[in-house]
Amino acid sequence: MASEEKIGAAEAARRSWMGLLARAPEARLRELWQGYGAVPGFDWLRRPEVGAVMVRGRMGGTGAPFNLGEMTVTRCSLTLEDGTVGHAYVQGRDKAKAEAAALIDALMQTPAAAAVRAVVLDPLESGMAAAKQTRAAKSAATKVDFFTLVRGED
Amino acid sequence: MYVAVKGGERAIENAHAWLAEERRGDTSVAELSVAQIREQLALAVNRVMAEGSLYDPDLAALAIKQARGDLIEAIFLIRAYRTTLPRFGATRPVETGEMVCDRRISATFKDAPGGQVLGPTFDYTHRLLDFKLAAEGEVPEAPKADPRSESTPHITEFLQGEDIIQREPESEAVPGDLTRQPMSFPAGRDVRLQSLTRGDEGFILGMAYSTQRGYARNHAFVGELRIGTVAVEMEIPELGFAIEIGEVELTECETVNQFKGSKTEPPQFTRGYGLVFGQTERKAIAMALVDRALRWRELGEDFLGAAAQDEEFVLSHSDNIQATGFLEHIKLPHYVDFQSELELVRKLRREAGVDDEAREAAE
Repeated sequence: MASEEKIGAAEAARRSWMGLLARAPEARLRELWQGYGAVPGFDWLRRPEVGAVMVRGRMGGTGAPFNLGEMTVTRCSLTLEDGTVGHAYVQGRDKAKAEAAALIDALMQTPAAAAVRAVVLDPLESGMAAAKQTRAAKSAATKVDFFTLVRGED
Repeated sequence: MYVAVKGGERAIENAHAWLAEERRGDTSVAELSVAQIREQLALAVNRVMAEGSLYDPDLAALAIKQARGDLIEAIFLIRAYRTTLPRFGATRPVETGEMVCDRRISATFKDAPGGQVLGPTFDYTHRLLDFKLAAEGEVPEAPKADPRSESTPHITEFLQGEDIIQREPESEAVPGDLTRQPMSFPAGRDVRLQSLTRGDEGFILGMAYSTQRGYARNHAFVGELRIGTVAVEMEIPELGFAIEIGEVELTECETVNQFKGSKTEPPQFTRGYGLVFGQTERKAIAMALVDRALRWRELGEDFLGAAAQDEEFVLSHSDNIQATGFLEHIKLPHYVDFQSELELVRKLRREAGVDDEAREAAE
Protein backbone atom coordinates (compact mmCIF):
# COMPACT_ATOMS: atom_id res chain seq x y z
CA MET A 1 0.00 0.00 0.00
CA ALA A 2 2.72 2.42 1.08
CA SER A 3 4.81 1.53 -1.97
CA GLU A 4 1.81 2.07 -4.26
CA GLU A 5 1.40 5.53 -2.81
CA LYS A 6 5.08 6.15 -3.39
CA ILE A 7 4.72 5.10 -7.03
CA GLY A 8 1.67 7.35 -7.31
CA ALA A 9 3.58 10.32 -5.91
CA ALA A 10 6.58 9.67 -8.17
CA GLU A 11 4.27 9.46 -11.20
CA ALA A 12 2.48 12.67 -10.21
CA ALA A 13 5.81 14.47 -9.85
CA ARG A 14 6.97 13.25 -13.25
CA ARG A 15 3.66 14.23 -14.86
CA SER A 16 4.09 17.67 -13.38
CA TRP A 17 7.60 18.35 -14.71
CA MET A 18 6.92 16.79 -18.12
CA GLY A 19 3.81 18.96 -18.46
CA LEU A 20 5.76 22.05 -17.47
CA LEU A 21 8.48 21.26 -20.03
CA ALA A 22 5.89 20.59 -22.76
CA ARG A 23 4.29 24.02 -22.28
CA ALA A 24 7.53 25.92 -21.64
CA PRO A 25 8.38 28.88 -23.90
CA GLU A 26 11.24 27.63 -26.10
CA ALA A 27 13.60 30.56 -25.61
CA ARG A 28 13.24 30.57 -21.82
CA LEU A 29 13.84 26.81 -21.52
CA ARG A 30 16.92 27.08 -23.75
CA GLU A 31 18.32 29.90 -21.62
CA LEU A 32 17.75 28.08 -18.31
CA TRP A 33 19.10 24.79 -19.68
CA GLN A 34 22.27 26.52 -20.85
CA GLY A 35 22.54 27.98 -17.34
CA TYR A 36 22.56 24.45 -15.93
CA GLY A 37 25.79 23.90 -17.85
CA ALA A 38 26.83 20.25 -17.65
CA VAL A 39 25.05 18.38 -20.46
CA PRO A 40 25.32 14.71 -19.52
CA GLY A 41 26.39 12.06 -22.03
CA PHE A 42 23.49 10.11 -23.53
CA ASP A 43 22.40 7.81 -26.35
CA TRP A 44 19.32 8.31 -28.44
CA LEU A 45 16.52 5.78 -28.15
CA ARG A 46 14.46 7.85 -30.54
CA ARG A 47 15.85 10.97 -32.17
CA PRO A 48 13.67 14.11 -32.08
CA GLU A 49 10.73 13.69 -34.43
CA VAL A 50 8.15 16.33 -35.36
CA GLY A 51 4.58 15.13 -35.69
CA ALA A 52 0.98 15.96 -34.96
CA VAL A 53 -1.57 14.84 -32.43
CA MET A 54 -5.31 15.07 -32.93
CA VAL A 55 -6.80 17.32 -30.25
CA ARG A 56 -10.27 16.30 -29.14
CA GLY A 57 -13.10 18.27 -27.62
CA ARG A 58 -16.46 17.24 -26.18
CA MET A 59 -19.90 18.03 -27.61
CA GLY A 60 -21.43 20.75 -25.46
CA GLY A 61 -18.23 20.79 -23.39
CA THR A 62 -19.28 17.68 -21.45
CA GLY A 63 -20.61 15.09 -23.93
CA ALA A 64 -19.13 12.65 -26.41
CA PRO A 65 -15.69 13.36 -27.92
CA PHE A 66 -15.10 14.83 -31.38
CA ASN A 67 -11.94 15.67 -33.31
CA LEU A 68 -11.16 19.39 -33.13
CA GLY A 69 -7.95 19.56 -35.15
CA GLU A 70 -4.29 18.72 -34.85
CA MET A 71 -1.39 20.41 -33.07
CA THR A 72 2.33 20.06 -33.66
CA VAL A 73 4.36 18.07 -31.15
CA THR A 74 8.02 17.00 -31.05
CA ARG A 75 9.04 13.86 -29.21
CA CYS A 76 12.26 12.03 -28.42
CA SER A 77 13.67 9.47 -25.98
CA LEU A 78 17.19 8.94 -24.71
CA THR A 79 19.18 7.11 -22.06
CA LEU A 80 21.87 8.57 -19.85
CA GLU A 81 25.16 6.73 -19.34
CA ASP A 82 23.81 5.25 -16.08
CA GLY A 83 20.85 3.79 -18.01
CA THR A 84 18.19 6.29 -16.86
CA VAL A 85 15.62 6.83 -19.61
CA GLY A 86 14.22 10.27 -20.39
CA HIS A 87 11.22 11.01 -22.61
CA ALA A 88 9.88 14.22 -24.07
CA TYR A 89 6.62 15.18 -25.77
CA VAL A 90 6.68 18.95 -26.21
CA GLN A 91 4.41 21.34 -28.06
CA GLY A 92 5.75 22.80 -31.31
CA ARG A 93 8.52 21.85 -33.72
CA ASP A 94 11.67 22.72 -31.77
CA LYS A 95 13.93 19.64 -31.68
CA ALA A 96 16.41 21.32 -29.32
CA LYS A 97 13.56 21.93 -26.88
CA ALA A 98 12.58 18.26 -27.04
CA GLU A 99 16.18 17.18 -26.45
CA ALA A 100 16.54 19.46 -23.42
CA ALA A 101 13.18 18.27 -22.05
CA ALA A 102 14.15 14.58 -22.38
CA LEU A 103 17.53 15.21 -20.69
CA ILE A 104 15.82 17.09 -17.87
CA ASP A 105 13.24 14.29 -17.53
CA ALA A 106 16.09 11.78 -17.19
CA LEU A 107 18.14 13.91 -14.77
CA MET A 108 15.07 14.43 -12.57
CA GLN A 109 15.17 10.67 -11.89
CA THR A 110 18.81 10.84 -10.70
CA PRO A 111 20.59 12.46 -7.74
CA ALA A 112 20.95 15.59 -9.92
CA ALA A 113 17.21 16.22 -9.47
CA ALA A 114 17.54 18.87 -6.76
CA ALA A 115 20.05 20.90 -8.77
CA VAL A 116 17.96 20.66 -11.98
CA ARG A 117 14.85 21.71 -10.10
CA ALA A 118 16.60 24.71 -8.55
CA VAL A 119 18.33 25.92 -11.71
CA VAL A 120 15.78 25.03 -14.41
CA LEU A 121 12.34 23.90 -13.27
CA ASP A 122 11.66 26.33 -10.42
CA PRO A 123 12.56 29.50 -12.36
CA LEU A 124 10.70 28.15 -15.41
CA GLU A 125 7.61 27.44 -13.35
CA SER A 126 7.60 30.76 -11.52
CA GLY A 127 8.08 32.69 -14.77
CA MET A 128 5.18 30.86 -16.44
CA ALA A 129 2.98 31.29 -13.35
CA ALA A 130 3.74 35.03 -13.26
CA ALA A 131 2.83 35.43 -16.95
CA LYS A 132 -0.41 33.55 -16.37
CA GLN A 133 -1.18 35.65 -13.29
CA THR A 134 -0.63 38.90 -15.22
CA ARG A 135 -3.03 37.77 -17.92
CA ALA A 136 -5.62 36.72 -15.34
CA ALA A 137 -5.29 40.13 -13.64
CA LYS A 138 -5.87 41.97 -16.93
CA SER A 139 -8.88 39.76 -17.60
CA ALA A 140 -10.25 40.43 -14.09
CA ALA A 141 -10.03 44.18 -14.77
CA THR A 142 -12.51 43.73 -17.65
CA LYS A 143 -15.20 42.17 -15.44
CA VAL A 144 -18.45 44.11 -15.60
CA ASP A 145 -19.85 45.62 -12.40
CA PHE A 146 -23.56 46.09 -12.90
CA PHE A 147 -25.40 48.80 -11.04
CA THR A 148 -29.03 49.82 -11.10
CA LEU A 149 -29.84 53.37 -12.01
CA VAL A 150 -32.06 55.23 -9.55
CA ARG A 151 -35.50 55.39 -11.07
CA GLY A 152 -37.59 58.52 -10.91
CA GLU A 153 -40.91 57.08 -9.71
CA ASP A 154 -40.67 58.07 -6.04
CA MET B 1 -10.71 15.01 -72.81
CA TYR B 2 -7.16 15.63 -71.64
CA VAL B 3 -4.14 15.84 -73.89
CA ALA B 4 -0.73 16.46 -72.36
CA VAL B 5 0.92 19.54 -73.81
CA LYS B 6 4.36 20.82 -72.89
CA GLY B 7 5.48 24.36 -72.73
CA GLY B 8 5.43 27.43 -70.54
CA GLU B 9 8.20 26.34 -68.15
CA ARG B 10 10.09 29.59 -68.55
CA ALA B 11 6.95 31.67 -68.22
CA ILE B 12 6.06 29.81 -65.02
CA GLU B 13 9.54 30.25 -63.55
CA ASN B 14 9.55 33.93 -64.34
CA ALA B 15 6.04 34.36 -62.93
CA HIS B 16 7.14 32.79 -59.64
CA ALA B 17 10.24 34.99 -59.51
CA TRP B 18 8.05 38.03 -59.96
CA LEU B 19 5.63 36.70 -57.31
CA ALA B 20 8.54 36.56 -54.84
CA GLU B 21 9.47 40.14 -55.65
CA GLU B 22 5.89 41.38 -55.40
CA ARG B 23 5.50 39.54 -52.10
CA ARG B 24 8.41 41.52 -50.71
CA GLY B 25 6.92 44.77 -52.05
CA ASP B 26 8.77 48.07 -51.89
CA THR B 27 12.22 47.28 -50.45
CA SER B 28 12.46 50.75 -48.90
CA VAL B 29 9.77 49.51 -46.47
CA ALA B 30 11.00 47.19 -43.70
CA GLU B 31 10.35 43.48 -44.25
CA LEU B 32 7.65 41.86 -42.11
CA SER B 33 8.93 39.12 -39.79
CA VAL B 34 7.04 35.93 -39.01
CA ALA B 35 7.10 36.91 -35.31
CA GLN B 36 5.48 40.27 -36.16
CA ILE B 37 2.68 38.49 -38.00
CA ARG B 38 2.23 36.02 -35.14
CA GLU B 39 2.05 38.77 -32.52
CA GLN B 40 0.33 41.61 -34.36
CA LEU B 41 -1.97 39.82 -36.81
CA ALA B 42 -2.96 37.21 -34.23
CA LEU B 43 -6.58 36.90 -35.36
CA ALA B 44 -5.50 36.13 -38.93
CA VAL B 45 -3.10 33.56 -37.48
CA ASN B 46 -5.97 32.08 -35.46
CA ARG B 47 -8.20 31.77 -38.51
CA VAL B 48 -5.46 30.01 -40.46
CA MET B 49 -4.88 27.57 -37.57
CA ALA B 50 -8.62 26.87 -37.20
CA GLU B 51 -9.35 26.30 -40.88
CA GLY B 52 -5.94 24.77 -41.60
CA SER B 53 -6.85 22.44 -38.72
CA LEU B 54 -3.34 22.60 -37.25
CA TYR B 55 -2.50 24.50 -34.08
CA ASP B 56 0.93 26.07 -34.57
CA PRO B 57 1.04 29.90 -34.50
CA ASP B 58 4.52 30.17 -36.04
CA LEU B 59 3.61 27.97 -39.01
CA ALA B 60 0.35 29.85 -39.55
CA ALA B 61 2.24 33.18 -39.48
CA LEU B 62 4.76 31.86 -42.00
CA ALA B 63 1.93 30.69 -44.25
CA ILE B 64 0.31 34.14 -44.11
CA LYS B 65 3.60 35.75 -45.11
CA GLN B 66 4.13 33.30 -47.96
CA ALA B 67 0.53 33.75 -49.15
CA ARG B 68 0.85 37.58 -49.14
CA GLY B 69 -2.03 37.76 -46.67
CA ASP B 70 -4.40 35.60 -48.76
CA LEU B 71 -5.80 33.58 -45.85
CA ILE B 72 -7.35 30.80 -47.93
CA GLU B 73 -4.01 30.32 -49.72
CA ALA B 74 -2.34 30.27 -46.28
CA ILE B 75 -4.85 27.66 -45.06
CA PHE B 76 -4.04 25.62 -48.19
CA LEU B 77 -0.32 25.71 -47.28
CA ILE B 78 -1.06 24.54 -43.73
CA ARG B 79 -3.33 21.72 -44.92
CA ALA B 80 -0.62 20.56 -47.33
CA TYR B 81 2.03 20.70 -44.59
CA ARG B 82 -0.05 18.76 -42.08
CA THR B 83 -0.35 15.81 -44.44
CA THR B 84 3.45 15.41 -44.18
CA LEU B 85 3.39 15.01 -40.38
CA PRO B 86 3.23 11.58 -38.75
CA ARG B 87 0.27 11.32 -36.36
CA PHE B 88 1.48 10.41 -32.84
CA GLY B 89 -2.01 9.80 -31.51
CA ALA B 90 -5.06 11.57 -30.19
CA THR B 91 -5.40 13.56 -26.99
CA ARG B 92 -7.88 13.21 -24.18
CA PRO B 93 -10.83 15.51 -24.80
CA VAL B 94 -9.92 19.01 -23.56
CA GLU B 95 -11.80 20.13 -20.45
CA THR B 96 -13.23 23.51 -21.36
CA GLY B 97 -14.78 23.79 -17.88
CA GLU B 98 -11.18 24.14 -16.63
CA MET B 99 -10.35 26.85 -19.19
CA VAL B 100 -8.27 29.79 -17.98
CA CYS B 101 -10.58 32.41 -19.45
CA ASP B 102 -9.46 35.71 -20.96
CA ARG B 103 -13.06 36.41 -21.87
CA ARG B 104 -16.33 34.91 -20.70
CA ILE B 105 -19.74 36.40 -21.31
CA SER B 106 -23.33 35.20 -21.18
CA ALA B 107 -26.26 36.78 -22.94
CA THR B 108 -28.70 34.79 -20.78
CA PHE B 109 -27.57 35.24 -17.15
CA LYS B 110 -26.43 38.64 -15.95
CA ASP B 111 -25.17 37.40 -12.59
CA ALA B 112 -23.54 34.12 -13.60
CA PRO B 113 -20.84 32.94 -11.15
CA GLY B 114 -17.52 34.14 -12.51
CA GLY B 115 -19.24 37.21 -13.92
CA GLN B 116 -19.27 38.86 -17.30
CA VAL B 117 -15.62 39.23 -18.27
CA LEU B 118 -15.13 41.16 -21.50
CA GLY B 119 -11.48 40.36 -22.26
CA PRO B 120 -9.66 42.05 -25.15
CA THR B 121 -12.76 42.58 -27.29
CA PHE B 122 -13.75 44.76 -30.27
CA ASP B 123 -17.26 44.96 -28.76
CA TYR B 124 -18.25 48.47 -27.64
CA THR B 125 -15.49 50.07 -29.71
CA HIS B 126 -16.81 52.80 -32.00
CA ARG B 127 -15.47 51.27 -35.19
CA LEU B 128 -13.83 54.55 -36.09
CA LEU B 129 -10.44 54.32 -37.75
CA ASP B 130 -7.73 55.08 -35.22
CA PHE B 131 -5.11 57.19 -36.96
CA LYS B 132 -2.85 56.97 -33.92
CA LEU B 133 -2.04 53.42 -35.07
CA ALA B 134 -0.57 54.86 -38.26
CA ALA B 135 2.19 56.35 -36.13
CA GLU B 136 4.53 54.31 -33.97
CA GLY B 137 4.05 54.69 -30.25
CA GLU B 138 4.15 52.95 -26.92
CA VAL B 139 0.97 51.22 -25.79
CA PRO B 140 0.18 51.80 -22.11
CA GLU B 141 -0.14 48.60 -20.08
CA ALA B 142 -3.70 47.39 -19.54
CA PRO B 143 -5.18 47.85 -16.06
CA LYS B 144 -5.17 44.90 -13.64
CA ALA B 145 -7.44 43.66 -10.88
CA ASP B 146 -7.41 40.73 -8.47
CA PRO B 147 -7.98 37.56 -10.50
CA ARG B 148 -10.23 34.66 -9.52
CA SER B 149 -8.34 31.56 -8.58
CA GLU B 150 -11.16 29.04 -9.05
CA SER B 151 -12.25 27.79 -12.47
CA THR B 152 -15.25 29.34 -14.19
CA PRO B 153 -18.27 26.99 -14.34
CA HIS B 154 -20.20 26.48 -17.56
CA ILE B 155 -23.48 28.42 -17.65
CA THR B 156 -25.46 25.41 -18.90
CA GLU B 157 -24.66 23.64 -15.61
CA PHE B 158 -27.14 25.93 -13.87
CA LEU B 159 -29.94 25.04 -16.25
CA GLN B 160 -29.14 21.37 -16.00
CA GLY B 161 -29.99 21.39 -12.30
CA GLU B 162 -33.60 22.11 -13.29
CA ASP B 163 -33.52 19.57 -16.12
CA ILE B 164 -34.86 22.34 -18.31
CA ILE B 165 -32.08 21.97 -20.89
CA GLN B 166 -31.29 18.92 -22.96
CA ARG B 167 -28.35 16.96 -21.50
CA GLU B 168 -25.33 15.99 -23.52
CA PRO B 169 -25.19 12.18 -23.49
CA GLU B 170 -21.96 11.03 -21.83
CA SER B 171 -19.77 8.83 -23.97
CA GLU B 172 -16.16 7.88 -24.51
CA ALA B 173 -16.76 6.52 -28.01
CA VAL B 174 -13.88 7.02 -30.46
CA PRO B 175 -15.02 9.86 -32.74
CA GLY B 176 -15.03 9.66 -36.52
CA ASP B 177 -12.20 11.49 -38.27
CA LEU B 178 -12.88 13.04 -41.67
CA THR B 179 -9.14 13.33 -42.32
CA ARG B 180 -8.98 9.52 -42.27
CA GLN B 181 -12.33 8.29 -43.57
CA PRO B 182 -14.23 10.00 -46.37
CA MET B 183 -17.42 11.69 -45.18
CA SER B 184 -20.65 9.74 -45.63
CA PHE B 185 -24.22 10.81 -44.98
CA PRO B 186 -26.01 10.92 -42.66
CA ALA B 187 -22.95 12.01 -40.67
CA GLY B 188 -22.73 11.71 -36.88
CA ARG B 189 -22.59 14.88 -34.81
CA ASP B 190 -18.89 14.13 -34.10
CA VAL B 191 -17.99 14.39 -37.79
CA ARG B 192 -20.32 17.38 -38.31
CA LEU B 193 -18.56 19.29 -35.53
CA GLN B 194 -15.12 18.41 -36.92
CA SER B 195 -16.22 19.61 -40.33
CA LEU B 196 -17.75 22.85 -38.99
CA THR B 197 -14.77 23.80 -36.83
CA ARG B 198 -12.40 23.63 -39.84
CA GLY B 199 -14.99 25.01 -42.27
CA ASP B 200 -14.75 28.40 -43.98
CA GLU B 201 -15.68 31.22 -41.60
CA GLY B 202 -17.60 33.11 -44.27
CA PHE B 203 -19.60 30.07 -45.32
CA ILE B 204 -20.47 29.04 -41.74
CA LEU B 205 -21.37 32.65 -40.94
CA GLY B 206 -23.70 32.83 -43.96
CA MET B 207 -25.37 29.53 -43.05
CA ALA B 208 -25.82 30.66 -39.43
CA TYR B 209 -27.26 34.00 -40.57
CA SER B 210 -29.76 32.18 -42.78
CA THR B 211 -31.16 30.41 -39.69
CA GLN B 212 -31.54 33.77 -37.94
CA ARG B 213 -33.39 35.19 -40.94
CA GLY B 214 -35.94 32.41 -40.79
CA TYR B 215 -34.63 29.45 -42.79
CA ALA B 216 -35.08 26.69 -40.18
CA ARG B 217 -35.43 29.26 -37.46
CA ASN B 218 -34.14 28.07 -34.09
CA HIS B 219 -34.03 31.22 -32.00
CA ALA B 220 -30.61 31.10 -30.35
CA PHE B 221 -29.28 32.87 -27.27
CA VAL B 222 -25.58 32.87 -26.59
CA GLY B 223 -25.75 31.00 -23.29
CA GLU B 224 -22.03 31.39 -22.98
CA LEU B 225 -19.02 32.48 -24.95
CA ARG B 226 -15.58 31.89 -23.51
CA ILE B 227 -12.06 32.38 -24.82
CA GLY B 228 -8.95 31.16 -23.05
CA THR B 229 -6.39 28.41 -22.77
CA VAL B 230 -6.83 24.76 -21.90
CA ALA B 231 -4.23 22.10 -21.19
CA VAL B 232 -3.91 19.30 -23.73
CA GLU B 233 -3.29 15.85 -22.23
CA MET B 234 -2.36 12.66 -23.99
CA GLU B 235 -1.70 9.09 -22.87
CA ILE B 236 1.96 8.29 -23.55
CA PRO B 237 2.40 4.56 -24.24
CA GLU B 238 6.06 4.48 -23.20
CA LEU B 239 5.17 6.05 -19.84
CA GLY B 240 1.91 4.24 -19.15
CA PHE B 241 0.17 7.43 -18.01
CA ALA B 242 -1.09 10.73 -19.42
CA ILE B 243 0.87 13.97 -19.40
CA GLU B 244 0.19 17.50 -20.56
CA ILE B 245 1.79 17.91 -23.97
CA GLY B 246 0.92 21.56 -24.37
CA GLU B 247 -1.87 24.08 -24.20
CA VAL B 248 -4.10 25.66 -26.82
CA GLU B 249 -6.19 28.79 -26.98
CA LEU B 250 -9.82 28.02 -27.80
CA THR B 251 -13.11 29.84 -28.29
CA GLU B 252 -16.19 28.00 -27.07
CA CYS B 253 -19.79 29.02 -27.67
CA GLU B 254 -22.85 27.33 -26.26
CA THR B 255 -26.20 28.44 -27.52
CA VAL B 256 -29.45 27.88 -25.69
CA ASN B 257 -32.34 27.43 -28.09
CA GLN B 258 -36.08 27.60 -27.59
CA PHE B 259 -37.71 24.23 -28.18
CA LYS B 260 -41.41 23.52 -27.92
CA GLY B 261 -40.88 19.78 -27.84
CA SER B 262 -41.32 17.22 -30.59
CA LYS B 263 -42.66 13.72 -31.10
CA THR B 264 -39.69 12.35 -29.19
CA GLU B 265 -38.48 15.14 -26.88
CA PRO B 266 -40.22 17.13 -24.07
CA PRO B 267 -40.38 20.95 -24.17
CA GLN B 268 -36.98 22.13 -22.97
CA PHE B 269 -34.07 24.21 -24.11
CA THR B 270 -31.76 22.61 -26.63
CA ARG B 271 -28.13 23.35 -27.34
CA GLY B 272 -25.84 24.23 -30.19
CA TYR B 273 -22.09 23.97 -29.76
CA GLY B 274 -19.11 25.75 -31.24
CA LEU B 275 -15.46 25.07 -30.37
CA VAL B 276 -12.70 26.57 -32.50
CA PHE B 277 -8.90 26.98 -32.24
CA GLY B 278 -7.74 30.46 -31.24
CA GLN B 279 -9.65 33.64 -30.55
CA THR B 280 -12.30 33.15 -33.23
CA GLU B 281 -15.62 34.15 -31.72
CA ARG B 282 -17.59 34.97 -34.87
CA LYS B 283 -16.79 31.50 -36.14
CA ALA B 284 -17.60 29.78 -32.82
CA ILE B 285 -21.01 31.48 -32.55
CA ALA B 286 -21.81 30.68 -36.19
CA MET B 287 -20.70 27.07 -35.69
CA ALA B 288 -23.06 26.69 -32.71
CA LEU B 289 -26.03 27.97 -34.73
CA VAL B 290 -25.30 25.66 -37.66
CA ASP B 291 -24.69 22.71 -35.31
CA ARG B 292 -28.13 23.32 -33.79
CA ALA B 293 -29.82 23.56 -37.21
CA LEU B 294 -28.23 20.26 -38.29
CA ARG B 295 -29.56 18.48 -35.19
CA TRP B 296 -33.19 18.47 -36.40
CA ARG B 297 -33.22 14.71 -36.96
CA GLU B 298 -31.99 13.69 -33.51
CA LEU B 299 -34.38 16.17 -31.83
CA GLY B 300 -37.38 14.88 -33.81
CA GLU B 301 -37.95 18.21 -35.59
CA ASP B 302 -39.30 18.55 -39.12
CA PHE B 303 -37.02 19.06 -42.09
CA LEU B 304 -38.15 22.43 -43.42
CA GLY B 305 -36.10 22.27 -46.60
CA ALA B 306 -33.68 24.93 -45.36
CA ALA B 307 -30.09 24.81 -46.58
CA ALA B 308 -28.72 25.01 -43.02
CA GLN B 309 -30.61 21.80 -42.10
CA ASP B 310 -29.23 19.90 -45.08
CA GLU B 311 -26.03 18.31 -43.82
CA GLU B 312 -24.95 17.13 -47.23
CA PHE B 313 -25.26 20.70 -48.51
CA VAL B 314 -23.51 22.26 -45.50
CA LEU B 315 -20.72 19.75 -44.97
CA SER B 316 -19.94 19.27 -48.66
CA HIS B 317 -19.52 23.01 -49.25
CA SER B 318 -17.98 24.32 -46.01
CA ASP B 319 -14.39 23.38 -46.76
CA ASN B 320 -12.70 26.32 -48.47
CA ILE B 321 -9.75 24.25 -49.70
CA GLN B 322 -11.98 21.74 -51.48
CA ALA B 323 -14.09 24.60 -52.78
CA THR B 324 -11.24 26.75 -53.99
CA GLY B 325 -9.48 23.76 -55.55
CA PHE B 326 -12.48 22.92 -57.67
CA LEU B 327 -13.42 26.51 -58.38
CA GLU B 328 -9.94 27.65 -59.38
CA HIS B 329 -9.09 24.64 -61.52
CA ILE B 330 -11.36 26.03 -64.23
CA LYS B 331 -8.83 28.80 -64.90
CA LEU B 332 -6.17 26.23 -65.85
CA PRO B 333 -5.80 25.26 -69.52
CA HIS B 334 -8.90 23.56 -70.91
CA TYR B 335 -7.99 24.24 -74.53
CA VAL B 336 -9.03 20.85 -75.86
CA ASP B 337 -12.29 20.70 -73.87
CA PHE B 338 -13.13 24.14 -75.15
CA GLN B 339 -12.17 23.25 -78.72
CA SER B 340 -14.71 20.41 -78.72
CA GLU B 341 -17.40 22.69 -77.22
CA LEU B 342 -16.66 25.23 -79.93
CA GLU B 343 -17.10 22.59 -82.62
CA LEU B 344 -20.37 21.51 -81.05
CA VAL B 345 -21.87 24.99 -80.79
CA ARG B 346 -20.84 25.76 -84.43
CA LYS B 347 -22.52 22.55 -85.56
CA LEU B 348 -25.73 23.33 -83.62
CA ARG B 349 -25.81 26.84 -85.07
CA ARG B 350 -25.39 25.44 -88.58
CA GLU B 351 -28.24 23.02 -87.98
CA ALA B 352 -30.46 25.80 -86.61
CA GLY B 353 -29.60 27.95 -89.60
CA VAL B 354 -28.62 30.84 -87.33
CA ASP B 355 -25.56 31.81 -89.33
CA ASP B 356 -27.54 31.94 -92.59
CA GLU B 357 -30.09 34.28 -91.05
CA ALA B 358 -27.33 36.45 -89.59
CA ARG B 359 -25.64 36.65 -92.98
CA GLU B 360 -28.88 37.57 -94.68
CA ALA B 361 -29.58 40.27 -92.08
CA ALA B 362 -26.10 41.70 -92.62
CA GLU B 363 -26.64 41.82 -96.36
